[in-house]
Amino acid sequence: MSTHTIRVTVNGTEHEAEVPARLTLADFLRERLDLTATHLGCEHGVCGACTILLDGETARSCIMLAAQADGSEITTLEGVVAEDEDLHPVQQAFWDRHGLQCGFCTPGIIMSTLELLREHPQPTREQIDDALGGHLCRCTGYVKIVEAVEQAAGVLSGSRA
Amino acid sequence: MKPAAFDYAAPTSLDEALQLLAANDTAKVLAGGQSLIPLLNLRLAAPELLVDLRRVPGLNEIARQGDELVIGATVRQRQAERDPLVAEAAPLVTAALAEVGHPQIRSRGTVGGSIAHADPAAELPAALVALDGRVIARGPGGERSIAAADFYLGFLTTALDDDEILVAVALPAAPPRTGAACVEIAQRAGDYAACGAVAQVTLGDAGTIAQARVALIGATDRPVRAAAVEEALAGGASIADAAGHAGDGVEPIDDPRVPSAYRTHLAGVVTRRALEQARSRAA
Repeated sequence: MSTHTIRVTVNGTEHEAEVPARLTLADFLRERLDLTATHLGCEHGVCGACTILLDGETARSCIMLAAQADGSEITTLEGVVAEDEDLHPVQQAFWDRHGLQCGFCTPGIIMSTLELLREHPQPTREQIDDALGGHLCRCTGYVKIVEAVEQAAGVLSGSRA
Repeated sequence: MKPAAFDYAAPTSLDEALQLLAANDTAKVLAGGQSLIPLLNLRLAAPELLVDLRRVPGLNEIARQGDELVIGATVRQRQAERDPLVAEAAPLVTAALAEVGHPQIRSRGTVGGSIAHADPAAELPAALVALDGRVIARGPGGERSIAAADFYLGFLTTALDDDEILVAVALPAAPPRTGAACVEIAQRAGDYAACGAVAQVTLGDAGTIAQARVALIGATDRPVRAAAVEEALAGGASIADAAGHAGDGVEPIDDPRVPSAYRTHLAGVVTRRALEQARSRAA
């Protein structure tokens, strides 16, 4: 199996690594960089737990090879909190609105919420459903998740004004 | 769940990619990987070599060329979904893209990759077939064009030779007063559809349907043109009546979840809805 030298920027830190061809980006993040907030559920692109931001866009890190990410800028859940805050406003909203129970799916949902609110600061219910439809949550039934996204939208657009 | 071991190459020219492909019998072309990597993770496929197109220049372009819209092999689905040129010249592609997987899949998945993967439940192959588009392929012997009607041979099987690469898809540009829609019925949004339809409608001077193009998604082992529906509409039938012919000449897939009789019923439903939506958007 071939190995490849990749250079990626993860949460603002540059990394150079030698990776085997079959190493997925998710396993690279979790096992090489110890960034275990990116979760692995189905490992074939269905559940959404492994969602990260790749060059600013949400992507499934379990169905992407680390070798494909060469040259990319990656943000994981570990990278969303500013240094002077305990929780990002989106995380705080999930806390406040009980938008999680076991929390396994939450990291991926937070990443998709960040992209949604960047593109649609005041999303409609339909836009929220579309953005989060690719995330499986087996605990909450989604009502609290949607409420958390709506609270986060209110907080973030308020702080921008 | 890890893929079987393979080699990976990211060549910087199309010629180099073709040489790599020709030199290894089990090599697979990698574009966005949103179908291929799951197959590898599940070990349903075990190629010895992946040839990644991401560094090949010139494949990432969307262009109007004469009467056609040409979409390069590595154009991402999200990129095409948001491209105003695609919306204007190929509204059926824009409509179909909105139903592909989820936004997190479309950021990586490519238009060309979906068309070459030939999943019978995929939206873009049906759009290609409905529009009478063509696939532009490059092989060791040069470039050739494959008509959509000749491209799909069966489940995950196309007319592409093992040593050929899809470099672009070309779609006839939509005439004025054209609307398009993609309607699917699935257990959950974003899942593979039990059945779906793509429809493009062009209105004539009197506001009647001058031309309709319809293809079914997930009905058989490949995208299938609903020719009987198109003929009925050309003969002046109403959308509701024409949609009743969606199952004519189609032998639908039969499985325990969706028996063939139910799938035939769904074909009529999605065809009617897609035609109605397309007509309302054409006005």
